[in-house]
Amino acid sequence: MSVAANHRYRKFKNGLMNTLAIVCALLVISPLGFILFYLIRQGASSINWAFFTNLPAPVGQVGGGMANAIVGTIELLLLASTVGVPIGVLGGIYLSEYGGERMNDWIRFWADVLNGIPSIVWGIVAYALIVLPKLPGFSAYAGGLALGFMMIPLVLRTTEEVLVLVPRSYREAALALGLPQWKAITRIVLPTALKGIITGVLLAMARVAGETAPLLFTAFGNSYWNRSLSQPVAALPLQIFNYAISPYDDWHRQAWAGALVLVGLIFCLSLSVRFLSREKR
Amino acid sequence: MERFFDAELEKLRSQLIRMGETAIRQVRDVMKALVEGKPSLADQVIAADDELDRLEVEIDDEAIRYMNLRAPVATQLRLVIVGMKASHDLERVGDEATNIAKRVVRLSAEPPLKPYIDIPRMAGIATDMLRGALDCFLAGDAEQALAICKRDSEVDEINRQLYRELSSFMIEKPETISRALEIMFISKSLERIADHATNIAEEVVYLVKAKDVRHTEEVKKTGVA
Amino acid sequence: MHHPMTPRMNEEIKPTRLNPPARAAQPSAASPSAPAVPAGPPAFDVKNLCVWYGAQQTLHDVTLQVPTRSVTSIIGPSGCGKSTFLRTLNRMHELVPGARHSGEILMLGQNLYSPEVDATVVRRRVGMVFQKSNPFPTMSIAENVLVGLRLNGLNDKALLRQRLEESLRMAALWDEVKDHLGRPGTSLSGGQQQRLCIARALAVKPEIILMDEPCSALDPIATSKVEELIHEIKKDYTVVIVTHNMQQAARCSDRTAFFYMGKLIEFDETRTIFMNPANPQTEAYVSGRFG
Repeated sequence: MSVAANHRYRKFKNGLMNTLAIVCALLVISPLGFILFYLIRQGASSINWAFFTNLPAPVGQVGGGMANAIVGTIELLLLASTVGVPIGVLGGIYLSEYGGERMNDWIRFWADVLNGIPSIVWGIVAYALIVLPKLPGFSAYAGGLALGFMMIPLVLRTTEEVLVLVPRSYREAALALGLPQWKAITRIVLPTALKGIITGVLLAMARVAGETAPLLFTAFGNSYWNRSLSQPVAALPLQIFNYAISPYDDWHRQAWAGALVLVGLIFCLSLSVRFLSREKR
Repeated sequence: MERFFDAELEKLRSQLIRMGETAIRQVRDVMKALVEGKPSLADQVIAADDELDRLEVEIDDEAIRYMNLRAPVATQLRLVIVGMKASHDLERVGDEATNIAKRVVRLSAEPPLKPYIDIPRMAGIATDMLRGALDCFLAGDAEQALAICKRDSEVDEINRQLYRELSSFMIEKPETISRALEIMFISKSLERIADHATNIAEEVVYLVKAKDVRHTEEVKKTGVA
Repeated sequence: MHHPMTPRMNEEIKPTRLNPPARAAQPSAASPSAPAVPAGPPAFDVKNLCVWYGAQQTLHDVTLQVPTRSVTSIIGPSGCGKSTFLRTLNRMHELVPGARHSGEILMLGQNLYSPEVDATVVRRRVGMVFQKSNPFPTMSIAENVLVGLRLNGLNDKALLRQRLEESLRMAALWDEVKDHLGRPGTSLSGGQQQRLCIARALAVKPEIILMDEPCSALDPIATSKVEELIHEIKKDYTVVIVTHNMQQAARCSDRTAFFYMGKLIEFDETRTIFMNPANPQTEAYVSGRFG
């Protein structure tokens, strides 16, 4: 081939691959686009102030909302964090600062296994631990525990990753000043990695916010405000599930709205992760 | 491990050796001119002094440039310092040879006072010392260099003896004064040449052993005037 | 009972630059070339030190004495064990898993590695400055300087303020930062950051400062400022500095140790090492013929 023809061929190949890459990228995000579009189309009409402030109404009555489910989801996330965050962060600290090579490999392996456990199994575990012995039965505690278990491996791995990213020289400098190791970790290393750890926690929260299965027989759902954490509590995924399998149109519409709100919540969490990860200054 | 900069030091060393050879040749030539009564040879010696002056400037220049740009330490630094000092001593040797040559020219206009024996003897020792110092520089022999320092006293002794002889000569025969004076100055120049050879030997000791032996007991002249 | 390893950072402050504290009388130098020998035990008395990282032996039978109130530099080609050696002096080599040693190190007469001795207390008496400056990113300049004091329990505000100014002055940084001590430590230039780290190390008032190639990441002007600083503080502190820059060792130090392949080849006054070293390997190294 002549030089010019060669050049044209290469330009064509280049353009072809570029187009292919763009098409693939579009293919990847288009399901998300479709879902969002459909959600908005189906649910936006039911989003109103009443939705956010009212309790679920019986069938046929207009003006029901999912206020308790929204609050319940937030309650559950906070409870889950009290379980997931300390264990995950402390475990991450162990892996990064104290652990030996082989021990760490085992811990990471088991964390990955735990990560893969189906969410309903966590529900069963929480059911067996708290609900069955009536301690105190179906409750926000049980739901929070189940979600918390799910958060642990996620928080563990992200904490370890960001701690490992903290340059060794900071630890060395802290130790060289005569600080004991635990102080060096808590006062120097952790603050440096704090943004990353918070990011990890928010990501874990976003992950478990949408879980339905573990809540089925732990939080159990509630049509009313949850007055105490040892009582069953409503949650968005549960409520959506219940409404969606019901035969009532009105409830179907509310389920769409609930789904939209749930996606919105996760979207907000992800947005704050992006915001935190942004380099300031 | 041969490095680029070592070639520059090699050049410094060979320039110094060349300067030394030239200086020795000047002294030998001027002695020949005196003993054989050849003023033309003496003129050659006077003209050849330019080469020594030029070499001194070149060596100093090289040395300063090397110190500036290469930051030498230890042996290399001592070599550079010795190079500068020794080149100065050799240039002074050349100047003394030139002074002798000028006096030879004047002496050749008249018949010699007496056969020249002591002067050439002094010159012989002085050139031996110069030769020895150069050899020690090449060989890195500090012991031999110290021995050279001690020979300076021989030259001083001959100088003093000549001084006495010529003094009495001048008193007895006043018409010989001008010639005797010239010979005394020549003797003085040769004594200075031996001193410079001693300096170079001391510098060799410094180069090899990093020990400054100037004005110490080791090189103090043996024997009393 | 006064623990043998109590650091002196809690001591009442006598401003060191205005009134130097009374020291044991030092015999004035008879000639300018002989440095005054301070009284008392050497800062470090190392005997037959060997260090292994796992199966790899990095130091072979090192024996030397580091005098107090002087600057000792450690030179040698890469991988010769000089950083390892430096880190044994404040027990930082223990941070590497698999590190072990044999032999003895006495610091000011006390066994550094005896079981009753706490490594963190040792490190309060022996400060360290690293090759790459590492001010803590979440802290301001003032917080960085005082972190060693605050996190070790010192809370007296007046004392802290005094130490802050003192340390920054000693590090020749006070005038440059006194108006914005609240700025983050990382907002300074490279040379300033390194001086900040030095101020941070000085603030806890160690008796000995170890420096691991402190100027290798700095430009010549910043380097000369740090060298000035070393010259200033050696009146009150013992400094051990590892450097791969021989001219720096020649400029800054009183004594120099030459390491090669984990062995101490020669240890002598700096002017001897650079003018007339006894060992031909030393001569070859300082003349730049290898390494």
